[in-house]
Amino acid sequence: MEAGDGEEELTAQETAVYDRQIRVWGVDAQKRLSKSHVLVSRITGAAVEFCKNVVLAGVGSVTLMDDRTVTEDAIQANFLIPPDENKWKAPLRNSAVIQRVQPNGDLADFEEEFFDKFDVIVVSSCSLANKKKINNRCRRRPKRTAFYTIDCRGSCGEIFTDLQDYTYGQKYPSFEEAISLSWRSLPKKVAKLFFALRVIENFEQSAGRKHGEISMSDLPDVLTLQKQLCEAQCSGTFACSRCSKHPPVCAILGGILGQEVIKGISGKGDPVKNFFFFDTTDGKGIIEDISAAD
Amino acid sequence: MASEQQLPVVKGARVLMVGAGGIGCELLKTLALSGFEDIHIVDMDTIEVSNLNRQFLFRQHHVGQSKAKVARDAVLKFRPHISITPHHANVKSPEFNVDFFKQFNVVLNGLDNLDARRHVNRLCLAAEVPLVESGTTGFLGQVTVHVKGKTECYECQPKPAPKTYPVCTITSTPSKFVHCIVWAKELLFAKLFGDKNQDNDLNARSSHSDSSTDPIEDIFERRLDEDPEQYGRKIYDHVFGYNIESALANKETWKNRNMPKPIYSRDVLLNKTDSSVVSAMTSLGLKNSQEIWSLVDNTRVFLESLKLFMRKGKRYIHDIGNLVFDKDDQLAVEFVTAAANIRASSFGIPPHSLFEAKGIAGNIVHAVATTNAIIAGLIVIEAIKVLQNDARNYRMTYCVEHPLRKMLLMPVEPFERSKSCYVCSETALLLEVNIHKTKLKDFIEKIVKRKLGMNCPMVMQGSTLIYEEGDDLEDDVFAQLPAPITSGTILMVEDLQQELSCNINVKHRDVFDEEKEHDQMVLTGWTPAPPAEDGVGATNGGEAAADVREPDEVATAPERSAVVVGNKRKLSEISADSSVQRENENDGVSCKEMPAEVVDDGEDDLVMLDDGAWEVGKKPRSSLQ
Repeated sequence: MEAGDGEEELTAQETAVYDRQIRVWGVDAQKRLSKSHVLVSRITGAAVEFCKNVVLAGVGSVTLMDDRTVTEDAIQANFLIPPDENKWKAPLRNSAVIQRVQPNGDLADFEEEFFDKFDVIVVSSCSLANKKKINNRCRRRPKRTAFYTIDCRGSCGEIFTDLQDYTYGQKYPSFEEAISLSWRSLPKKVAKLFFALRVIENFEQSAGRKHGEISMSDLPDVLTLQKQLCEAQCSGTFACSRCSKHPPVCAILGGILGQEVIKGISGKGDPVKNFFFFDTTDGKGIIEDISAAD
Repeated sequence: MASEQQLPVVKGARVLMVGAGGIGCELLKTLALSGFEDIHIVDMDTIEVSNLNRQFLFRQHHVGQSKAKVARDAVLKFRPHISITPHHANVKSPEFNVDFFKQFNVVLNGLDNLDARRHVNRLCLAAEVPLVESGTTGFLGQVTVHVKGKTECYECQPKPAPKTYPVCTITSTPSKFVHCIVWAKELLFAKLFGDKNQDNDLNARSSHSDSSTDPIEDIFERRLDEDPEQYGRKIYDHVFGYNIESALANKETWKNRNMPKPIYSRDVLLNKTDSSVVSAMTSLGLKNSQEIWSLVDNTRVFLESLKLFMRKGKRYIHDIGNLVFDKDDQLAVEFVTAAANIRASSFGIPPHSLFEAKGIAGNIVHAVATTNAIIAGLIVIEAIKVLQNDARNYRMTYCVEHPLRKMLLMPVEPFERSKSCYVCSETALLLEVNIHKTKLKDFIEKIVKRKLGMNCPMVMQGSTLIYEEGDDLEDDVFAQLPAPITSGTILMVEDLQQELSCNINVKHRDVFDEEKEHDQMVLTGWTPAPPAEDGVGATNGGEAAADVREPDEVATAPERSAVVVGNKRKLSEISADSSVQRENENDGVSCKEMPAEVVDDGEDDLVMLDDGAWEVGKKPRSSLQ
């Protein structure tokens, strides 16, 4: 993020449109935003909310990629796709900022150099294996690329952030490092959702399912796996695994992640380290720091 | 889509959204995606450029059009089969009466001002329709639920009165930049371009220091053939030079203060400037609104903008005499910035950029899309609970900037209604007045309309009608009305539209504190916010945070949120650093108060992050059906 050294001024139009938010984060932050490039892999309901938020904030570009075709389900959760569309070209018409669309392929299979084009990579609806893989690739590049995951599972949601060595001497663990920590070593009151989502993820991986491809009939198997994984540590939170998207939760997650990415790019405010959970059942939006003690 | 249990109740619900701005756009989208199929929107506003950074349903080419209508059309593009009914109108207009409200299962507020919020609260109470209320400022926001008989109403919590400044601070002894802004906007701008018949304190000081010499009125009157440049310089020299010198003559005032220095245009400008374009900044080659101008630049902008206002053929020429400061009028902002900066320079107060001055003068509320999106999501979650009648799980939720106990989103159980709330509990009020001095007119304006928030009031004494909205108000004092009001009289005040009535016991009092009670009327028995005058009360958080604060208080607002989560509330958790220091601005000279704020900023998003004041004497709801 070399941007934002103040050499270019915002145009009068930009100043007028961004007036209210410049009052929140200042002109320099706005300039840095305008030079940043964001890649979003898989356009889920929560990811669309996120895209809308960062486009409004005034990022330089958002690149969308999705290897899936539009389904009824996707339309239900997505306000960028008019119901009669069957391609991902729709978002192009909606915003000048959303410049590029990479319709095919899985981000995990792309050349690593591809990652260098972006300051921020956000993945959604991504398998456990690919989350680890993409995150680790980001970390191997000489350029620091912030990596985020965002997933809405029914009435619950999770955001993971890896800013590597962002600032304040904070070291962020990779997704793989964070989830490999011994559960016993974690603080006592870590949100149950953290454990529940790891169980679900593991189940999907071991059963060869896609992200979110899970139903009530899987409950016995999930519970067995849960038992193996956490013994007495967490109680059943199966409710969160239902894959149907819950738009208010998508809005909340997309809002929080939007804020986090804006903080990360602009250097203003303290970014979350390193998980955020929202659960409609208790209404709490919780930050958990899941990293090895120094 | 909502989950399977939720879907029928969501599909069958008729929802009223009030406000299609920052929160409203997000809310309408989330409602539509969640499966709501029958939505009404009321919003009187049209779209402005500064909305486009967050009100994502609007585009540049929509500027000037109705928010409610454009929002509807935008959402129908991705949800063509649902019903969205826009009302481009003020929610306070009579068509939106109790019967109108009764057709809805829930009302969702995304409003930008206290007045409309109170009005909607009353209609919801009268119509017995649940209300989900919301507000945001910057990264802060909250959602609250108000259901008659189950939770408190919106007005059970004290709402801080708008911040005011003593007039003498503004006219004679400014010590902060905001004082200069208020002076430039409320006094000078109004004097030059506003209604000439309005009272104006601009000359309060100079007129009483040497009243014999100068017929003040003539200074501001421009002779027909007078050169605009000369006129401008005359005004400049009068308000920044002569008036300051006159004020200096009063030695008593400056005993403990730094003396201001008079500024005359000839000393600042060595050679005469002449140029002429739309904006004074542009014509003077000043581009960056973030830059702080020198005294020379401020002087040039002042004279140039004054000239542009005066020039024939400009749209202003017709409006002079009726202009009210408008933060979206570039020229007005330029004028006020320059005037405030010159005055600040007189008084040794640091100057500010146009961008900053505009924020202060226009009372601009900070706003970002993400907070609105989050708040809208929370509104829908609460709305669904309300529709399912899931009262046990209603929550007020606060969105904060810095995590509190690991939380960015903090749910709190709603409170019980306040027994002393005149809106939802039938509590009588006490009004202390001097019955020989208080005019009915002032009672109607200042108490019934402003304090009690009534829109269309009627006042009865027993069975005698004393006042009805629309009546001409003479200068009659209480004791001399055809049906005299005396100590012990009980007045019944009623608003038929809001279906709200309350009794006011009148009590006579001879003497009032000129500073603190300059209205000569004191209303008690309800729960006004205590004045934040000693830095201890600190109860001016909340709504005031966005409504009336000074910009330098912005940063403290989040810290003042004392929010306790879940069912347990401990007073010890209330943050103690909450005091809003309000310097003691009184200097012994008796002053009436002057409103700091005039414009109802057209923005969304008031926040009401409370600061703990409401913890005191409040009980959580003990039982819910």
